[in-house]
Amino acid sequence: MDILSLEVGQEIGSRTFSFTRDSLVKYAGASGDFNPIHYRDDFAKSVGLDGVLAHGMLTMGAAVQVAVDWIGDSGKVIDYGVRFTKPVFVPADSLAEVIVTGKIGAIDLENKTVRVDLTASCLDVAVLGKAQAVVKF
Amino acid sequence: MVNPNVQGKKYPETDPYLVGRERIREFANAVFSTNPVNHDVFAAQAAGYTDLVAPPTFAVVIQERSLHTVLADPEADIDFSRVVHGDQRFIANRAIVAGDELTSVLTVASVKSLGAHSMITFATEIFDANKELVSTAISTLVVRGGE
Repeated sequence: MDILSLEVGQEIGSRTFSFTRDSLVKYAGASGDFNPIHYRDDFAKSVGLDGVLAHGMLTMGAAVQVAVDWIGDSGKVIDYGVRFTKPVFVPADSLAEVIVTGKIGAIDLENKTVRVDLTASCLDVAVLGKAQAVVKF
Repeated sequence: MVNPNVQGKKYPETDPYLVGRERIREFANAVFSTNPVNHDVFAAQAAGYTDLVAPPTFAVVIQERSLHTVLADPEADIDFSRVVHGDQRFIANRAIVAGDELTSVLTVASVKSLGAHSMITFATEIFDANKELVSTAISTLVVRGGE
């Protein structure tokens, strides 16, 4: 892929992630974040939450895959930041769909980097804000 | 309320964390990665890496270890059950690969209060066995105040 062929605003891809309770338990084990708000309904309710929610870091880690799939090498993501704007609630007996799309936000020809702007939503509500991944060409 | 006096406080270096291939694969699966460099050693080597490449957010595993030292610090006085993740950023000097032995040093970048809530921002610098900076993880936690 040639950086010169890219245009700001260009869509680079989209993925839909299905989060189930299994996904949360798997992420807890892989990341070491065992906060029970991510797997226990009774605990989540006891701290005033509407239910069990996905780790923000799971949403963040999944969302960047759209940029990774596009560039083809996860090691080329040199800077990635997000704001966690809304929780993703994951019911015990079904799933939460997180839809992620990416488009080119900026192109820096001098440093050979491209900023990918990601949007992530669940039930039509944005769950990440200012999600930006800078990839090195 | 987070103690504002911890602003600027630097926490001791964490014990070395050896990045294993299977941990990278597990993490990659957990974040829905299908990128071959996260799963297949030959693909990673063909792309110029010494071993499996960790996904971009893997540094959180190291950050988590540093964070535990702050949460256990009575001076900081953070109630973990009231913590909400506000934002997160990773700036990579190079990719983390299997075989890396990583340590981290966390600095409290800022403590702000927002009404009854506190916002605390950490910068965790992650170093390899040669003491070269691999990555910096910046995290803001919102600690909800009591009603």
